[in-house]
Amino acid sequence: MKEITPIVVRGLRKSFKNVVVLDGIDLTVERGTILALLGPNGAGKTTTIRILSTLIGFDSGEAFINGIDVRRNAKDVRKVIGLTGQYAAVDEYLSGRENLVMMGKLYHLSTSDSKRRATQLLEEFDLTEAADRNAKTYSGGMRRRLDLALSLVATPPILFLDEPTTGLDPRSRLAIWERVEQLARDGTTILLTTQYLEEADKLADRVVVIDHGKVIAEGTPNELKSNVGNERLELVLASDDDVAKAITTFNNEQLRKEEHRTVSLAVDGSVRHVKHILDTLENEKISVVTFSLHKPTLDDVFLQLTGHQASEEKTEESK
Amino acid sequence: MEESSIFIPKPMNRSALFWVVRDTSVLIGRSLKHIFKNMDQLFALVIQPIMFMLLFRYVFGGAIDTGSTTYVNYLVAGILIQMAAFGAMTTSINVAADLQRGIVDRLKSLPIISSAVLTGHVVADLVRNVLSSIILIGVSLLVGFSPSGSLVDWLELIGILLIFTLSFSWLSAIMGLAAKSVEAVQWLGFVFVFPLTFASSAFVPTKGMPTALRVFAENQPVTHVIEAMRSLMVGTPMGDHALLSVIWCGSITVVCIPIASYLFRKNVGKV
Repeated sequence: MKEITPIVVRGLRKSFKNVVVLDGIDLTVERGTILALLGPNGAGKTTTIRILSTLIGFDSGEAFINGIDVRRNAKDVRKVIGLTGQYAAVDEYLSGRENLVMMGKLYHLSTSDSKRRATQLLEEFDLTEAADRNAKTYSGGMRRRLDLALSLVATPPILFLDEPTTGLDPRSRLAIWERVEQLARDGTTILLTTQYLEEADKLADRVVVIDHGKVIAEGTPNELKSNVGNERLELVLASDDDVAKAITTFNNEQLRKEEHRTVSLAVDGSVRHVKHILDTLENEKISVVTFSLHKPTLDDVFLQLTGHQASEEKTEESK
Repeated sequence: MEESSIFIPKPMNRSALFWVVRDTSVLIGRSLKHIFKNMDQLFALVIQPIMFMLLFRYVFGGAIDTGSTTYVNYLVAGILIQMAAFGAMTTSINVAADLQRGIVDRLKSLPIISSAVLTGHVVADLVRNVLSSIILIGVSLLVGFSPSGSLVDWLELIGILLIFTLSFSWLSAIMGLAAKSVEAVQWLGFVFVFPLTFASSAFVPTKGMPTALRVFAENQPVTHVIEAMRSLMVGTPMGDHALLSVIWCGSITVVCIPIASYLFRKNVGKV
């Protein structure tokens, strides 16, 4: 029996007025996996989520959620998805419980089922104590937890999370991460966007990097890291002479000159390789002040792929 | 999949019409809860007309000639309608707040009919306006208001007040969807409602106004509604005010509902 792929997107294009926001996006998310959409502000992450959750239309391309055509049958798509948007979309004037019960009813559960599910989710998300207080009084972390709980009322098989932990303190972020991982383990397919590279690295089975509405890289977090090159051995040398000697000793492919008296050498990460390099340095009488092994991060991935730092977006996007 | 011990709720299987009614009633319930959970808003809506009531009654009242009708009797209909118009602006504020907070996004991702959220806010406006009208009429009676209308007159009056509120609430829903931010809407409500209610027969008879203003004031819907209400309350001449009120308010409502629903569905929001 052929399994239906939960999220399939082909050649998705979308412009707002004259600005091209999505310029042909392809995505596939397999069941029970987490895909992280990573990219700077304005890359088209949120637009992609908004299209897939039927909030806005698109200009061309195809999108299928559980095999259902998003353009033709938005109403059926809405029955199988949960959405947690960028802002904690909770009704401030209702209590946590009232928010959850209302959402249950709007997902067409019976009143008693809605209440039962609300109680269960309040417990799961550690909100039982605050259950009957107005959400207005909740902390940022509590709101986000309630927000996530709201999108899970109908146990949707497919979940969209748009920057689920933006603006949260580390402890609250960790709590959300644990819940998201648990959901994927239980079989939920999750598409999330994030501006935190660490988040993509931690949660995602696959990462799709987008910039200016195009997919510029795709793979597991490890694949992306290995694209950037192997680990690098960073050496701070004692003098400019040493730098010159090092440059003649190692070939161009392996050696990269960094700032000041620093050079770095590609290594395969093995002890043998590192030892060999250190031995060579000693034989050539190149004096090393310090050395360190630098593992590539998704930040490096980003820098290499887009030519600019991911972190410069952070300030823009955290408004 | 989840373990069997975990409760997995299943949606009920009912007709499309059933869901239209239930979705709408759930969201009306939400908006009604807001009335009493957001007491600041309710309070502000009632305090302002009471201030106006007292201010006009005691400060300007002596200087305004309203013919055979006492000024307090003249004034109540005007303030009631001004309050209703401002009250209807609550819809735009609440719609804009829902947009800003992402609640509209969340609701639009649900399998419900799109206009249910707007209907919820509009119905809450109706209820809120009835409540604040009762309070205002109570205060009016304390300061000398002596209505002469029969029970039938009062029922007609309530009818006109409701369709007026309904038409302004839907208009206000469009403003909320267009403005998208609470701040913008508050400003919009101010520049929209103040001229419409002051350039009318709400506080002073139109006969003393400059010609251009008078022509506007005498033919705009707010004046017709006020004159109709005034006639039903204290017996001033009715003319065709009631008929024109119903036609105006009915037309505004019929035009605004589809526009608001369209804007709600199409709203692109933030990129």
